[in-house]
Amino acid sequence: MAIATVSRPPLFSRPKSHTGVWSWITTVDHKRIGILYGFTAFAFFLVGGFEALLIRAQLARPDGHILNANVYDQVFTMHGLTMIFLVVMPLSAAFFNYLIPLMIGARDVAFPRLNAFSYWVFLFGGLFLYSSFLLGGAPNGGWFGYAPLSLQKVTGSVPFAHNMDYYAIGLIILGIASTVSAVNLAVTIINMRAPGMSFFRMPVFIWMAFVVQLLLVFALPVITVALFLLLFDRILGTSFFVASNGGDPILWQHLFWLFGHPEVYILVLPAMGIVSEILPTFSRKPLFGYPVVVLSGIAIGFMGWGVWAHHMFAAGLGPVANSAFAVSTMFIAVPTGVKIFNWLATMWGGRLRFEPPMLFSIGFVTMFVIGGLSGVTHALVPHDYQQTDTYYVVAHFHYVLFGGAVFGLFGGMYYWWPKIFGRKLNNKLGKWHFWLMLIGFNVTFGPFHILGLQGMPRRIYTYAPNMGWDFWNMVSTIGSFTIAASILLFMYNAVHSRKHGEIAGNDPWDARTIEWTTTSPPPEHNFDEIPVIHALDDFWHKKYVEDKTGKLVPVAAGGANGDGQNSNAEHGANAEEHAEGHGGGHAIHMPSPSYMPILAGLGLPIIGYGLIYGYYICILGGLILLGGLYGWAFEPGTE
Amino acid sequence: MERRSLRRLVRLTLLVAFVFLATACAAHAPQDYLRDLQGSEARKASNLFQPVFWIAAIVFFLVEGAIVFAAVKFRDRPGREEPKQIHGNSALELTWTAIPALILAVVAVPTVLTIFNVAAKPGPNQVKIHVIAHQWWWEYQYEGTTPQVTTANEVVIPVNRPVYFTLDSVDVIHSFWVPKLAGKQDVVPGRTNTLEFTAYTPGEYYGQCTEYCSLSHANMRLRAIVKTQADYDAWLKAQQAPPVAPQTAEEQQGQQIFMNNICITCHTIAGTQAQGQLGPNLTHFASRGTFAGSMFDNSPDNVDRWIHETSLLKPGVIMPRFGCGQTNAAPYVALKCISDDQISLIVTYLESLK
Repeated sequence: MAIATVSRPPLFSRPKSHTGVWSWITTVDHKRIGILYGFTAFAFFLVGGFEALLIRAQLARPDGHILNANVYDQVFTMHGLTMIFLVVMPLSAAFFNYLIPLMIGARDVAFPRLNAFSYWVFLFGGLFLYSSFLLGGAPNGGWFGYAPLSLQKVTGSVPFAHNMDYYAIGLIILGIASTVSAVNLAVTIINMRAPGMSFFRMPVFIWMAFVVQLLLVFALPVITVALFLLLFDRILGTSFFVASNGGDPILWQHLFWLFGHPEVYILVLPAMGIVSEILPTFSRKPLFGYPVVVLSGIAIGFMGWGVWAHHMFAAGLGPVANSAFAVSTMFIAVPTGVKIFNWLATMWGGRLRFEPPMLFSIGFVTMFVIGGLSGVTHALVPHDYQQTDTYYVVAHFHYVLFGGAVFGLFGGMYYWWPKIFGRKLNNKLGKWHFWLMLIGFNVTFGPFHILGLQGMPRRIYTYAPNMGWDFWNMVSTIGSFTIAASILLFMYNAVHSRKHGEIAGNDPWDARTIEWTTTSPPPEHNFDEIPVIHALDDFWHKKYVEDKTGKLVPVAAGGANGDGQNSNAEHGANAEEHAEGHGGGHAIHMPSPSYMPILAGLGLPIIGYGLIYGYYICILGGLILLGGLYGWAFEPGTE
Repeated sequence: MERRSLRRLVRLTLLVAFVFLATACAAHAPQDYLRDLQGSEARKASNLFQPVFWIAAIVFFLVEGAIVFAAVKFRDRPGREEPKQIHGNSALELTWTAIPALILAVVAVPTVLTIFNVAAKPGPNQVKIHVIAHQWWWEYQYEGTTPQVTTANEVVIPVNRPVYFTLDSVDVIHSFWVPKLAGKQDVVPGRTNTLEFTAYTPGEYYGQCTEYCSLSHANMRLRAIVKTQADYDAWLKAQQAPPVAPQTAEEQQGQQIFMNNICITCHTIAGTQAQGQLGPNLTHFASRGTFAGSMFDNSPDNVDRWIHETSLLKPGVIMPRFGCGQTNAAPYVALKCISDDQISLIVTYLESLK
């Protein structure tokens, strides 16, 4: 308390607002940051989805004239970059941020201000990337940015001065956001688990989150190195990827995919974690083979590093390398298959309630099976020479990343929405959303398999009428607008639920993990008392025991009727009253808000613009960054 | 209830069957690589793929069937008891780890064998062709021919004889692909990749660039023309001959206009002062069925339109638009246009280059 009495310049006092815009800008609360991540990612989802609709509109018919080649190239590149770096990754980060502390019984993440910094850097990185549309043209070299195309400043007769500078710098900035956040969350999981929560009592979602953070920590440096080399080639005239000067374009491919393949698992493991929480809850059975599901997640995390060259089978690496990566690619299907079977066994013999979270989770499993099977066929290298860079591959990864990751993430939204906002989303609308999206998804991406096998290459802005691709392209376009309609339904549901949603209570799903023991939404300090963990699915075991035959029996002492309010009975008070009774956790010190994360974060895109438009601007950006960090270091501690 | 779900299942199956049927009836797709394959490597790849496809189909129906079955059978109904709490079963889990691993191990063997089998090897009796990829067209140099035969976009090869391609790029990465004949091979600046296959049936086969190469990636198409050995020999002989000298007055005028304009800085016509290297060799232009990256059929009307509108038809091309009333962007702002009459004379000349 001594610090608080020292007088200091006003610059260094910490912000105090707990409501209004400033409270969001200065927040360091992991829950608010999670919500910010979620809303921002969803906004980018709409933008990326709009780009997808443009692509589908252009390709609906042969010789399409809705976009020209130049705009089409920018749109498909930005669609990929957006969906990967600005939607699925940050949407997963939204769940991580909101849920990790709640599910491990912590009050916040290990470094709350750093957490806010991650978010703001992510936001500014995304805006930086999109500002390119207004400043001469967006990246147009594909999300994979293959050199030497990504080095060309004039393509044919058309100048593309800075398009790919935005790509390189934008991804570096976004990489900083993800790296910082990954370190933060990994430390949180390692160090801040509630007493009794050993590693093998952690929910599977936390396990998958943990694997993802480690993948991020190791994968992002690889792409960052590659992006810096690309940037050096572009703005300093080096020749890392210029063959005529002794560089090698294949080096870029190795670096990119050494990041790029673990990235695939970075995108899908969070959804696997979500599904592993939802299926047991709505089957009223424990996850079948918890250790195996966890270990196969870890195995995927390791094996994911040994398959990158399957993106390069046609690049000419030679039969020995291609054979090695064919075999490793086949065998990474094994742990993935194990998960599928374990989820199926979880459902088997359960009492399945088909509420929206469950529907989306089953949707995830069924669609992921399709993506997994088509994935195995990529390992048939001689046939991959045929299908690589065709729509068959586009079908495959949309089944994995949309049918997989996005379905899982929507399941997570329906599942944790009541915890986050206190009200449930409407069930009926949710079911409509699910079925419409499932049908739209399959109508859109199912035909891609056929188009690919009929030889339609990726990334073409047009095709001739005599190629036999007309029909399925039209079908796919119709499907894509069906997906769009389902998303509108979801948005209506979200807005509608603000006022009319059913009040959730602490535990609306009769769930298993400890985030459901606290109020919905949780108080700033999460738990009035840090829970002590006695078992995997600790909350479930407080509500139910098993009889001799393994059947479920409610715990006698209240709290067993699925009404979450009573489950806190053992703490002697209704949770809300409890919180207020203790003065809303007044005795609990939470970190104060801070201006510094957003300030420091603001410096990075300005440095980025400086690299493109004049190094003197970098000085300004550098000063802002340093000022933010200086303020960060010297602002007073929590008041 | 049970019956209704069953009916739903039947309906779903019918739908899937319909989709497969519709696929079978789909319009003829010239780049389809599942059926009607006429090249050695395409068939080897397909032979590997077909059995695995059926294995995958069986796995698909078993797994998805089990999921749908579980969803129907174990759904919550009034009066349904709380389920037995099963935490796992090591024997089961071991089984469903081992079975997929075994299947994949079995699949891995022919895969690796085929990988080595399809790897290109130089050998006797091969036709050797040097492929040079440009943004956005293909150049072919026939090795061991004097004078060297150089052509563009349409690669002519003999039937039943192995063809050995060496692939180079002058700018960015491209990928050379004729699906009915062989899988694709990337064309990477700074390293020479190779591809070998034998075509089994004379005919015209479609292909195109499959590594994204910016603006006109979609327009970087190609044809493989497979001829009988006799036809191939005749073709080769004709290609080695100097171009036919212009006969009519119009052709001669057209030649003069061609030679007096900047056409010659990019194009070669053997035996003339046109010796440019940037664009396709036009020595025997009229012998080709298509031009401009096989975008257009080679007809006087199409060539006329091409010289007028070039980059409007094919985004990004280096060749400027010569038609009067067209505005070119940098670096061609100051370029003198060619009148409609003169362009049509050029076309007459080009179409005489058999």
